[in-house]
Amino acid sequence: MSEALDILTTASLWAAVLRIATPLIFGALGALICERSGVLNLGIEGIMTLGAMVGWMTVYQGADLWTGLMMAALAGGVFGLLHAFLTVPLGLSQHVSGLGITLFASSLTYYVYRLTVTVGDSPPTIVPFQPLAIPGLSDLPFVGPVLFTQTAPTYLALAAVGITAWVLARTPLGLAVRMAGENPHAVEAQGLDPTRIRIGAVVVGSALMALGGAFLTTAAFNSFFPQMVQGRGWICIALVVFASWRPGKALLGALLFALFDAYQLRLQHVLDGVPYQIFLMAPYALSILALILVARRARVPEALMVPYRKGER
Amino acid sequence: MRLERRAHVPLGLVAAAPLGAVLAALVIAGGLISLAGINPLKAYAEMLTGAFGSRLSVTETLTRATPLMLTGLAAAVAFRARLWNIGGEGQFYVGALAAAFLGHGVIGGLPSWLGILAMMGAGMLAGMVLLLGPALLRLRFGVDEVVTTLLLNFIVLLFVGMMIEGPMRDSLAFGWPQSVPVDREFMLPKLIERTRLHIGLVIAIGAALLVWLVQARTVFGTEARAAGLNARAAAFAGVSLPRTLLGVAALSGALAGLAGAIEVTGLKGYVTTDLSPGYGYAGIVVAMLAALHPVGVVGAALFVAVVFVGSDAMSRALGAPSFIADVIVSVSLLTMLVALLFTQYRVRR
Repeated sequence: MSEALDILTTASLWAAVLRIATPLIFGALGALICERSGVLNLGIEGIMTLGAMVGWMTVYQGADLWTGLMMAALAGGVFGLLHAFLTVPLGLSQHVSGLGITLFASSLTYYVYRLTVTVGDSPPTIVPFQPLAIPGLSDLPFVGPVLFTQTAPTYLALAAVGITAWVLARTPLGLAVRMAGENPHAVEAQGLDPTRIRIGAVVVGSALMALGGAFLTTAAFNSFFPQMVQGRGWICIALVVFASWRPGKALLGALLFALFDAYQLRLQHVLDGVPYQIFLMAPYALSILALILVARRARVPEALMVPYRKGER
Repeated sequence: MRLERRAHVPLGLVAAAPLGAVLAALVIAGGLISLAGINPLKAYAEMLTGAFGSRLSVTETLTRATPLMLTGLAAAVAFRARLWNIGGEGQFYVGALAAAFLGHGVIGGLPSWLGILAMMGAGMLAGMVLLLGPALLRLRFGVDEVVTTLLLNFIVLLFVGMMIEGPMRDSLAFGWPQSVPVDREFMLPKLIERTRLHIGLVIAIGAALLVWLVQARTVFGTEARAAGLNARAAAFAGVSLPRTLLGVAALSGALAGLAGAIEVTGLKGYVTTDLSPGYGYAGIVVAMLAALHPVGVVGAALFVAVVFVGSDAMSRALGAPSFIADVIVSVSLLTMLVALLFTQYRVRR
């Protein structure tokens, strides 16, 4: 049993936590921005899948890694625009439209991938982002390998949390986004257009989701394969509720979740004889548990999933 | 330009909605097919031949439509009452697993009709229990059932993997992870000899008619519809919302579980982790294309089955990836949503 506890003090575990958390941070931030403006985006799972493929494919076709990330974000933004068009001006069911976006984005992803790439015994690979040691800081004991020897997109994700939190809480733009999610009529009364604000938020949020997917193929692994997102999008939706729609708490939730995930991966080798599926189930079960614990206390944006049509109550 | 609610919803428009939606989806998917360097019209002709070209292909299409009808019904029943059951996939698998568990020795000695009934019952019960969980969580803790049912799909699939590699493993299957087989006498009878078409099709159509009857002619059906249209008004009129929600969850979960039980006992005979190529998720599209009407579900399931069976044939003949089937089906969900909007609203300048 002490072996199981020893894992918790290794730097490699904690470095893995940040790596595993990165796609969740991007995804949860994206979902959070959409929802703060009043739009639930269940397209997340498909948008992450699409981002994973587009990011990888761009690099595979010869572009550099950053161009890959940009193309992924762009593709995510386009699908975000589609979801926004269906749910904001047309006011269609956000549940059904989001699921439709997920099904469409993932099937399109697989179609394009299969069309462009011939898959042999194993999927083709690219050279992914390498860990970037921050000079000076990366030599610190324990903290160095954990915090300052990550890949560039991980630093980007952490920065995105700070920027999102600052924009939402401290800028007029953030106020407008939050107001669109709480009371779109008040936005209208201010002379702003809630429809445009919501569309913008969904596009930006979806671009972030796609970055989360792209991290999987350009940093965590070096290839794309079907089903690789594995419900991470749905977990992000749960994380946003768990975080009570706050960016800082979403970061915390993603880290906690990743800690659990990294720990169970290592525990599998220690606890022999327990079916490995039990460990793999744990993250999903944990998400449900987290929802049960916070659902009643969470402060839901007042106008989440309430379509806004000018002049209609 | 703005949208204005129609005073009357013309019936012709409602009937035209799915046709328009499917046509739009075919045009969009056609663009993708031509990306593969294939003439879309030729591809669609190939699909039609693949789905209807011979006696065998017709029975194959009907076989594929059977589980889609039931998962489509499961989604339609739930969505109508605004219970967002996205867990059809998981309910399908627990239903399949429960049937296979009973069918291998446990019910040995029973007459085969009784054994089959027991397996169907077990499948329905398993699906029911799996959806009652999230429904109770929503009622008791206010947890959104969309996320819980989605996450449960992943848990269930891992559970199936655990069972077929562990306690329910078929040791005669040459190392392939698959469950023990259902005993031969408990397999569903074939509808047409020497084809894969089994009596499950009749059960599925019967289920659609039964659900229609329940929705149109019973108090429960009316209450469920009222709860979906306007929960506050329904509660005010004396409908017990929790009871109605649980009833709807039980029915919806049972239908999806039945789909799994029928797929095992009618077709495969054992459970693998690829028993369903996404029947649970496709059921949502089926339900939407049918505008949530139980009888419409039968037609919509046939359409989706034609797309799947036809795309496989087209892919073999012309080489475009068969994922085009999923593209057509998912795009038609989105276009159907828009089409339904225009049955209820008109565009005004």
